[in-house]
Amino acid sequence: MSDLTASDVPRLPRGVRLHFDKVRQAHVLLAPERAFNIGDTAVMTLKLVDGSRTIASIAATLAAQFNADPTVVERDVIAMLGELKGKRVVET
Amino acid sequence: MTSSRVPVPNPLGILLELTHRCPLHCPYCSNPLELDKRSAEIDTATVLRVLDEAAELGILHVHLSGGEPTARRDIVEITAKCASTGLYSNLITSGVGPAAALLPALADAGLDHVQLSLQGTTPVSADKVSGLKGSHEAKMKFAAEVDRLGLSLTVNAVIHRGNIGEVEGFIEKAIELGARRLEIAHTQYYGWAYKNRAALMPARPEVERSIRIVEAARERLSGKLVIDMVVPDYYALRPKACAGGWGRKFMNVSPNGRVLPCHAAESIPGLEFWHVQDHSLGDIWQNSPAFNAYRGTAWMPEPCQSCERKELDWGGCRCQALALLGDASLTDPACGKSPFHSRIEALAASEAAETAPPDYIYRGPGQTVAAREHEDVLP
Repeated sequence: MSDLTASDVPRLPRGVRLHFDKVRQAHVLLAPERAFNIGDTAVMTLKLVDGSRTIASIAATLAAQFNADPTVVERDVIAMLGELKGKRVVET
Repeated sequence: MTSSRVPVPNPLGILLELTHRCPLHCPYCSNPLELDKRSAEIDTATVLRVLDEAAELGILHVHLSGGEPTARRDIVEITAKCASTGLYSNLITSGVGPAAALLPALADAGLDHVQLSLQGTTPVSADKVSGLKGSHEAKMKFAAEVDRLGLSLTVNAVIHRGNIGEVEGFIEKAIELGARRLEIAHTQYYGWAYKNRAALMPARPEVERSIRIVEAARERLSGKLVIDMVVPDYYALRPKACAGGWGRKFMNVSPNGRVLPCHAAESIPGLEFWHVQDHSLGDIWQNSPAFNAYRGTAWMPEPCQSCERKELDWGGCRCQALALLGDASLTDPACGKSPFHSRIEALAASEAAETAPPDYIYRGPGQTVAAREHEDVLP
C-alpha cells in the first residue's frame, strides 16, 4: 500500500483534519464516517504535514526535536504516513 | 435508580434530521411514514444549542440530513456552528433544489464533507426512482459545483431491484464525479422501504453479483476510491449492529426535536423519547428511557444471550424484529440463528420472483400527490 519516498510531499486531503477530542483527551484524525486515534508521535508528524514539506524535511525536523537518528525517524515517518495513505487520509 | 448506574461511554456521532421536507419522493426513504411538518421543526437557536451540547459531549461527526437539509434557511449558520465548535460536518443531500446555489456559502462556513445521493446512473432510471423529473441532471450540476469548490465528496447509492443492474455504473459515476468514497447501500427495509418492499426486493443471484462487482472494484480501485457496502439483511447470515449497537455510539434528532437511538426507532411502540427542548443531549444519552431500553446485553433473549457475537452484532436491529416478528425484543430475524430466518429469506425470494412487481408508493405527505408525480415521470 505504501510506496512513499523521502522526496514525497504529503498532505491531508480536503475532508480530513486533525482534531483534539477534549472529552477523551486524545487526538483523532477525522475523515468522512471515520475517525482514527492518533498517537503523540503521529500527531507531531501530522502537524508538520502541510502540503509543502517533503518527508525528508519532516523527518529531519522531528529528528532534531528528539535528538534521534534521522535515518530511523525517516523510516518511521514513511511507515506511519504510508499506513494513513492506504486508508486514504493522507495524499501525495 | 439512574444515579446508581455506571455512566455509559459518550456518543461519537449525531444525525440531525433538520427537516422532513424534500424535493424527492424516493420509495425507500428512511424517514418515517408520518412526516414532521415544517411548523413543528426545532428553531435555529435550539439547533445551535444542540450542537454546543454535542461538542461538549465529545461527539465528533455531525450528519446534517433530512429530508433535504438545504431546505432549511439556517443551514449555513448551522454549518458555521459545527466548524466553530470543532464538529466534523457532513451534509447529506439530494443535491436538488437550493443545494447547489448554497454550496459556496456552505464551503465558506467550513463544511467538511458532502454526501450526495444518486438514484440511478441515467436521467431515465434515476428520475423514475426519485419521482422528480430533472433530478438527475440537477445532481450532476451539484456534483460539478462540489468539484469546483474542492470539497470532499461521497456518493451514496441505495440499491434495489430497479437499479441493481447499475452497480458498475455507480462505481464509474463516482469516479467521474471525483468522489473519494462510494456507498453501495442495499435497501434497508424500514419506513417507506418496508411499505415498498415488494417493489424493491432484488433476487439473490443479483445481490450476489452486486457484491462480487463491489469486491472486485475495491481491489482494482484501492487507493483511489473507498467503497463501503451495506449488504441486504434478508439474504444475510449475520445481522448488522444497528447504529453500532443501541445507545452505544450514535444519536438521531428528528425535525421536531425527539432524540432517537436510530432513525427508525419511533416505529417501536411504547418507547419514551425525550426532546431537546426539555433535556440536554448528555442527559438524554445517559437517562432517557428510549436509550436505555435496549442498551447493553441484559435485555437480550436467546439465541443472542449465549451467542459469542452478542457484543459484535448487539442483537441486530430492534426495528426489524418489530416489523417482521411484531416484537422489538426478539433476535433480529436477519440472523441465521433466529428461528425465523428461513421465513424472511423465503419472503424475499418470493417477492423478488414476482414478474410484475407493484408500482412504487412514492414518499410524500399523501399518496394522491405521489400518484401525480408518478405520471409526470412515466409519460
